[in-house]
Amino acid sequence: MGKKLKGAQILVEALLKEKVEFLFGYPGGAVLPIFDFLYEAPIKFILTRHEQAAAHAADGYARSTGKVGVCIATSGPGATNLTTGITTAYMDSVPIIAITGQVRTSLIGNDAFQEADVTGITRSITKHNYLVKNVEDLARVVKEAFYLSLSGRPGPILIDLPVDVQLQATEFNYPESIHIRSYRPTYYGHPGQIKKASKAIKEAKRPVIIAGGGVIISSAHRELREFAEKINTPVTTTLMGLGAFPAEHPLYLGMPGMHGTVYANMAITESDLLIAVGCRFDDRVTGKLEAFAPEAKIIHIDIDPTSISKNIKVDIPIVGDAKNVLGELIEVIKDIPNTSLWLKRIEEYKKKYPLKYVKKGSKRIKPQYVVEEIYTQTKGEAIIATEVGQNQMWAAQFYKFNYPRRFLSSGGLGTMGYGFPASIGAQVGNPDRIVFDVAGDGSIQMNIQELATVSTYNIPVKIAILNNNYLGMVRQWQELFYKRRYSATHLNNPDFVKVAEGYGVRGMRVTKERDVKKAIKEAIKYKGPFLIDFWIEEEENVFPMVPAGEAINRMIGGMA
Amino acid sequence: MKHTIQALVENRFGVLARVASLFSARGYNIDSLAVGETQDPTISCMTIVVDAPDERILEQIKKQLNKLIDVITVVDFTRKEYIDRELLLVKVLKKDSKYIERLTKEYPIKIIEEKEDFFILEVCADRHQIEDILRELRRIGIKELVRTGRIAISK
Repeated sequence: MGKKLKGAQILVEALLKEKVEFLFGYPGGAVLPIFDFLYEAPIKFILTRHEQAAAHAADGYARSTGKVGVCIATSGPGATNLTTGITTAYMDSVPIIAITGQVRTSLIGNDAFQEADVTGITRSITKHNYLVKNVEDLARVVKEAFYLSLSGRPGPILIDLPVDVQLQATEFNYPESIHIRSYRPTYYGHPGQIKKASKAIKEAKRPVIIAGGGVIISSAHRELREFAEKINTPVTTTLMGLGAFPAEHPLYLGMPGMHGTVYANMAITESDLLIAVGCRFDDRVTGKLEAFAPEAKIIHIDIDPTSISKNIKVDIPIVGDAKNVLGELIEVIKDIPNTSLWLKRIEEYKKKYPLKYVKKGSKRIKPQYVVEEIYTQTKGEAIIATEVGQNQMWAAQFYKFNYPRRFLSSGGLGTMGYGFPASIGAQVGNPDRIVFDVAGDGSIQMNIQELATVSTYNIPVKIAILNNNYLGMVRQWQELFYKRRYSATHLNNPDFVKVAEGYGVRGMRVTKERDVKKAIKEAIKYKGPFLIDFWIEEEENVFPMVPAGEAINRMIGGMA
Repeated sequence: MKHTIQALVENRFGVLARVASLFSARGYNIDSLAVGETQDPTISCMTIVVDAPDERILEQIKKQLNKLIDVITVVDFTRKEYIDRELLLVKVLKKDSKYIERLTKEYPIKIIEEKEDFFILEVCADRHQIEDILRELRRIGIKELVRTGRIAISK
């Protein structure tokens, strides 16, 4: 008989077995036994100032490192505060594990103090969740949770752990392996489908590759590049796929969809073969479905069968891991399509409709310029987290992502307040890299309390607020589609520099274009967190733009 | 069109809720759902009858079911040979006893209780017969009807 350990200690030991280095969270009544063991455990605990931020930080850690991010909160409100972060991770297939305390088993269902039906609440926002009612199950559950979180299509897993189970003792045996009979993700493409795809590729005249976040998740960026170069086919990457293909590569088309490039959207519209890899045809990408790639045969490579033929009817589905399937395709393809005319046509589109913005005649700073300057000064090597809205789109359009896992953004759920805590997770996971949060004046205030976290642990993230005194993206829609009736979008902002300083964080305000360079330089040089409040053009719009529900080749602001 | 789908699932708490919320979250209505243990006590069988307006939605339902970690296999009986049954308990008004007795000869109907003003009938039949039987019984006057939902087994 081995020594008996309490549930709380089993959890901590299991996390150590899984090589967890950082834990993001917030204590409370129902997790006290766990925190007691964390007190001395060799896991670095990051106390965020709101549970939502803990979930986003775990998410930012996971996206930027490829490892599982772990967060912890107490029962009831602690757990419900995690849910926005869990949903964000779920929508973007991010492997995080959320541990929540629960009231003791005898009280479950009694409306006890700080009780919430957390497994019920999170059922539709997790890949899987567990309520552990018996301490004997705990080690296996943790092992399964890590395996499920990272394998197949990754996603968040929640473990709800009643406080009495944390105190029960049993022998600790961490399972070596696990077997879940009902869970067998398909990792390799079906040879028949691969053959069909290679035939379609051979016959294509105007092929386009559309790569999504799945390429980054499966670390298939090298295979993607080799594949695209082999078949001489242009590549567009979705918001989640930024960095899956080098932005400075001649075959690169930029982002498609609502705020994509004109040439990416034109290429898709005119293509006769669309090769989709690890993307799920979000409505922000496709626009009006009937007009999306109307002439194209569609090959769709995805590890999740439910993504295939969900939005777009697919001609050649290939279920499998992007890295394996692309590797298989590279091997099988012998006949290469002749795309020289097609590439020439795309080159013309690139020349005719470049991604641009009007610099002249502006008194205030252009937000695109701030992003370009961050790009230049970080040599394209930084990790960029974004909030949601205009700041997110400008970062996506004007920072050239040449490497995977450098762009952290809430794509599916579109969570304002994501970027700052995500940048905290990314920074602790990548201590040697520069991490910027490109924020808006609205979004930053959704988790601004995390200034206390970066200040406490001296986490040197740089916050660039693109401050236009508006909820800019909503204002843009009001300008374009609601006759400039700016309902509830004007913000009366605090003095962000003083707010930062109040938390012990260096802050700076920049109101003139000529000071942008210097400010970014100083922020990068400074060994600590740094907030810059850039006063940007108030009514600057994100262009080009496909109005919601329109065909993607009908863009406004960019085709003139 | 109505489809009969069978899912073998882990026999654990919470699995039914996962399956049910999968349907409700997408606004699909479940016509009937029958759950019970199989020959293996760790596995439950769920027989789900669902009205899917088109193939695409049916495919999504099956794939989403398969995606649930606790679901072991999903079988769609639509294009398969199978036997199905449903059990009904019905209280019918005792207006026309002779007619009811005739029905018990024509259909798999048993009179299991006779009260002063109504019969309690037990009906165990397949999906086609049940439609016919219900039509007949409605004519007499149904006081109360409860049904188990369809179960099915492949041939």
